[in-house]
Amino acid sequence: MTAGTERVLRIAMPWLATAGLLIIWELVCVVCNIPALSSVCSIPEIILPRPTRIFEVILLRWDILLEFCLQTLWTTALGFLIAIAGGLVLGLAIGASPFVYSGLYPLLIAFNAIPKVAIVPILMIWVGVGATPAIITAFVISFFPIVVNVATGLATIEPEMRDVLRSLGATRTEILTKVGIPRAMPYLFASLKVAITLAFIGSVISETVGGNRGIGFLMLSAGARNDAPTTFAGLFAIAVMGVLMYALCALVEKRMTRWAFRGELVT
Amino acid sequence: MTAAPAPDSALVDLRHVSLTYRVGGEETLALADATLGIAKGEFIAVVGPSGCGKSTLMKLVTGLLPPSSGEVWVRGQKVTGPIKGVGMAFQNATLMPWRTTRDNILLPLEIVEPHKRQFRRKRTEYAERADRLLASVGLGGFGDRYPWQLSGGMQQRSNLCRALIHEPEIMMLDEPFGALDAFTREELWGIMQKLWMERRFTAVLVTHDLREAVYLADTVYVMSRRPGRMVMVKRIDIARPRTLETTFEPHFVDIVHELRERIHQEHA
Repeated sequence: MTAGTERVLRIAMPWLATAGLLIIWELVCVVCNIPALSSVCSIPEIILPRPTRIFEVILLRWDILLEFCLQTLWTTALGFLIAIAGGLVLGLAIGASPFVYSGLYPLLIAFNAIPKVAIVPILMIWVGVGATPAIITAFVISFFPIVVNVATGLATIEPEMRDVLRSLGATRTEILTKVGIPRAMPYLFASLKVAITLAFIGSVISETVGGNRGIGFLMLSAGARNDAPTTFAGLFAIAVMGVLMYALCALVEKRMTRWAFRGELVT
Repeated sequence: MTAAPAPDSALVDLRHVSLTYRVGGEETLALADATLGIAKGEFIAVVGPSGCGKSTLMKLVTGLLPPSSGEVWVRGQKVTGPIKGVGMAFQNATLMPWRTTRDNILLPLEIVEPHKRQFRRKRTEYAERADRLLASVGLGGFGDRYPWQLSGGMQQRSNLCRALIHEPEIMMLDEPFGALDAFTREELWGIMQKLWMERRFTAVLVTHDLREAVYLADTVYVMSRRPGRMVMVKRIDIARPRTLETTFEPHFVDIVHELRERIHQEHA
């Protein structure tokens, strides 16, 4: 295999794997539903629709899907942005001060252990139904990895680096801005990839438990009507959005912290 | 015996300094009753078996650690916290990978007064100073590279530049050449000596390389095993500039031998 084909193949692999999975899925559904085999097996559409049927539904319901996708996307994105801001501030505080660390860390762990689906009903009592609980749920679920990563980045500054700065007479703030924050950046951007997918989970949970718009709501109501293809169309939509947002975060990560990927640049 | 001369004019003056580390419930005496004086512009080296508290001594002088007993005086003032305007170079270069080499070298100027106040205004002037310094250690034109694009020896040279850019009175060198190969190390001894002869800062070099100590220092202090004590003071009466050729001369070799003998006693 030449280097060229190897590269092409590597780029094509995710698409091939996805296509392969869909084809197997399609074949299983088609074969099992052959009338002659009905005594052996059958997969009714209500249990598992064929991928082609799902795509058909996606085209059929394109307008509503797009509208609800955008709804989920903006609530997720807003919750995610608030999580970045809050996570950065709290992560810096925790990483920079042992007192804040020992005080808040157990609380954060406890809070993170709470299933977020449990707080949606409470949020609904407080702020009602709609976009707000989705934004808040996306925020609280994606907040934690950002805080932990930023704090880790700060806490792992080399002691020698700190000594160099201290012996120059640097203040704590200067150590934080000159070393702490730049050093925490790769950790922050790495956490964003995890956090964005979590944010989707948060907003969709919220829409499912108590929403009137969004993909989560669409899936729930389609499920209630035994409309499995639409439910699956919703799943596909979330997956696609998740991958796109992940790719965006990965791209931002590479651009912002080029130095952390030094291995790829040295020739 | 610790009878190092500690004249009143000493820039750095350690008086019966001890340091005890407490890890868990266990106390370790790292440094015992060290008394030594370093004159302004003097280059001293501290050698000793590993774990004898050499690096501790360095942290005490710069005020990064407070002594458990005794006093540290610098420029006629008792040290109570980190003293300012010291240049430091460690075994690993601790350059910031997100800054170019030039920006790394400029770091002290962003922190130390009066440069800090003028930094924005004089940025180009300072950058030129950094470039000149880089050129003087043989790294001309490497200012725009990132540290991780440089070899270990080049990183260590940049590290020396960073320690020197703000023209500190005192330089602390904690095994700065320890991680380098023998050839690079000997080359950097020459560069170090050249920089010192130009600027005459007061330098404290911690090392386990006796030839390095004799090559660079005016006075070599030998420390005992833990708890570290000063067991020998050796003035190096070899004319400067010293060269690699010097290191093969009998007198040089004799001094190295003498130091080695004393350290061997510690290991016995």
